Amino acid sequence: MKHLTRRHLLAGSAALLAAPAVVRAQGGALKVGVLLPRSGYQASIGQDCFRGVELAAPILKDLGLPDLQIMNADTETNVDVARSRAEKLIADGAQLLIGAFDSGQSSAIAQVAEQKGIPYVINIAAAPDITEQGYKFVFRNFPTAPMILGDAFANQKEIFAEVGKAPTSVVFMHVNDTFGTAMQKGIGAVMPKFNMPYEIKETIAYDPAARDLSVEIAKAKATGAEALLVVSRINDAILLTRELVKQRWTPQGVLSMGPGWYEDQYLKTLGKLSDGPLSFVPWYDPNKKVAKALAGALEKKYPNLDMNTNHIYTFEALQIAADAYKRAGSTDPKALADAIRATNITDNVSPGPGIAFNAKGQNDKLKNSGIQNRGGKLVTVAPKGATNAKAEWPMAPYDKRG
Amino acid sequence: MPLDIYLNVAVSGLLTGLVYGLMALGLSVIFGVVRVVNFAHGEMMTIAMYIAIVLFQAFRLDPLVMMVPIAGALFALGYVMQAGLINPFVDRPEHSQFMLLVAVAIIMVNALLLIFGPDARSVQTSYAFDSFAFGRIIVDATKVYAGLAAIVVAAALFAFFRFSDLGKAIRACADNYTGALVVGLNVKRLYALTFGLGAACVGAAGSMLVLIIDVTPPLGPQYTLLAFVIVITGGLGSMPGALIGGVLIGMTEALAGLLFTPSAKSMFAFAILVLVLLFRPQGILGKRAS
Repeated sequence: MKHLTRRHLLAGSAALLAAPAVVRAQGGALKVGVLLPRSGYQASIGQDCFRGVELAAPILKDLGLPDLQIMNADTETNVDVARSRAEKLIADGAQLLIGAFDSGQSSAIAQVAEQKGIPYVINIAAAPDITEQGYKFVFRNFPTAPMILGDAFANQKEIFAEVGKAPTSVVFMHVNDTFGTAMQKGIGAVMPKFNMPYEIKETIAYDPAARDLSVEIAKAKATGAEALLVVSRINDAILLTRELVKQRWTPQGVLSMGPGWYEDQYLKTLGKLSDGPLSFVPWYDPNKKVAKALAGALEKKYPNLDMNTNHIYTFEALQIAADAYKRAGSTDPKALADAIRATNITDNVSPGPGIAFNAKGQNDKLKNSGIQNRGGKLVTVAPKGATNAKAEWPMAPYDKRG
Repeated sequence: MPLDIYLNVAVSGLLTGLVYGLMALGLSVIFGVVRVVNFAHGEMMTIAMYIAIVLFQAFRLDPLVMMVPIAGALFALGYVMQAGLINPFVDRPEHSQFMLLVAVAIIMVNALLLIFGPDARSVQTSYAFDSFAFGRIIVDATKVYAGLAAIVVAAALFAFFRFSDLGKAIRACADNYTGALVVGLNVKRLYALTFGLGAACVGAAGSMLVLIIDVTPPLGPQYTLLAFVIVITGGLGSMPGALIGGVLIGMTEALAGLLFTPSAKSMFAFAILVLVLLFRPQGILGKRAS
């Protein structure tokens, strides 16, 4: 019998250690680093986005797409942390990144991804600059601020025509982070093209991490504007509503151009006081097969939640990753980036023709909807042909809601 | 802009400032006697806020009603911290004290994150959305209750230090450490009592503040910083100075938000701090170092 020597042991150990790497290279799961703000003031939205990740695997499998190995990282709602977490994920072996809900954090991750040559698919971030830098590894399946605003103004005019009433003045309140500032600049550029029935009486910027917005609402109320035009996050949307009630001011309506006012936490925290705001947001096409599958999976796992932007676009980012991996047949970053650039997914969740990227890495075919909070639920009120309810305008006064 | 808007905002700033002042009062009391700067001050307040939230969610107990028990719980926490942890550091260099209390603060924030998660939490009392109207001036009811409670607690603390034997003994420790030892006072125990009283102040302030703002674990460091701004503005170690500093910072933030841009309101509070440091380094009511 042949004796087992130290050399044999070493050779065997080396073969054992090398085996997993060989298996991975031959078609294991793609390692996807998911960066979301799961703590800090955007925590609830980051966690909501993560539900899109939790629900994705079986749906992607049904679509015939390969497995993804998810590597999670918390950006702590902080741009610098987002940057360092992206670097760490890549160092730990992530082959593709997705995230990060927020424009500032996404910009920082985009710089890291481009520098390291790792594909990055943005789930949610609207600042237009991100895809204007000539990046080769950065892709965004989410509308830019001008795209959101263009559809928002068109949908508002449609709603005002339908209800036969429109405000003549608004006060514009926005968070002063990257997204809010981009939207503020976008409104100045886009609104004149739409001949809106209202004028902006005053613009009020505020800190998204503010704990008290009483001064901001007092200032807004003093303008005498008939309605509120807002770009918010979740905590500030709740604070603004509380102050509207406390300061006894019900505007004709709240026109939101961003997150916050339709989120589950907003509806649950404020109950009847959450009814009325109109949000003009990237949404989903309820008639698409994958949208139904995602909504069904969400209802099964979270019976009390409505599907929203966070779930939809985080799921689609993973769909893009899996689809590209299938076509690329490799985890090579350049092959993955080339495959993402050639994406043409029509079986998806969001409205519009589907997912495809222009030369800048932006999906410029996305469409947005107008939705309204109604009885703790969300109904779609615009655009025509994709609605399931008629808008209520003006809102019921806060002090007459029982 | 109509005058009543200025009055509305000024009253709101005054009431919020009173609660800020009570929170900072605790820091001032601790420093004035123990000569240790509590870098975990805001974090202790968030603990009080979470206690208030748990009591409200589990038993529907109003945070204002529970203010005394919560202050008692924080007193116990402060007493144990001083007796078991900080007393050995009283004679050590300031950087050792700083590192100790920063470490305690970080542990508190992370423990709260582990227990409660990162979501913002609040209490929805029956009067959460109430307001009082005085002509055209509308005042937030929760801020009125919180502001009045802050005045009562501060008055009780002043009375304790001025009229009770224990309060006088604590003041004796602050005025002359060696003299206090010579006359037989148990200085270490009095230090622990003082830290407990400072923590009780912050506990009461947390019970009130939870009615006004939502709480998340990372809120602590922000309020530690705010407490420093207030006590340095009012005068480190001065109890009335802390209240005056709180009101000044509260009203400055509110009016700066109205007159300039709300997103820059904190900048004005720090500008006041810089001016005080430049022209009156001992603070508004602080004593100049001899």
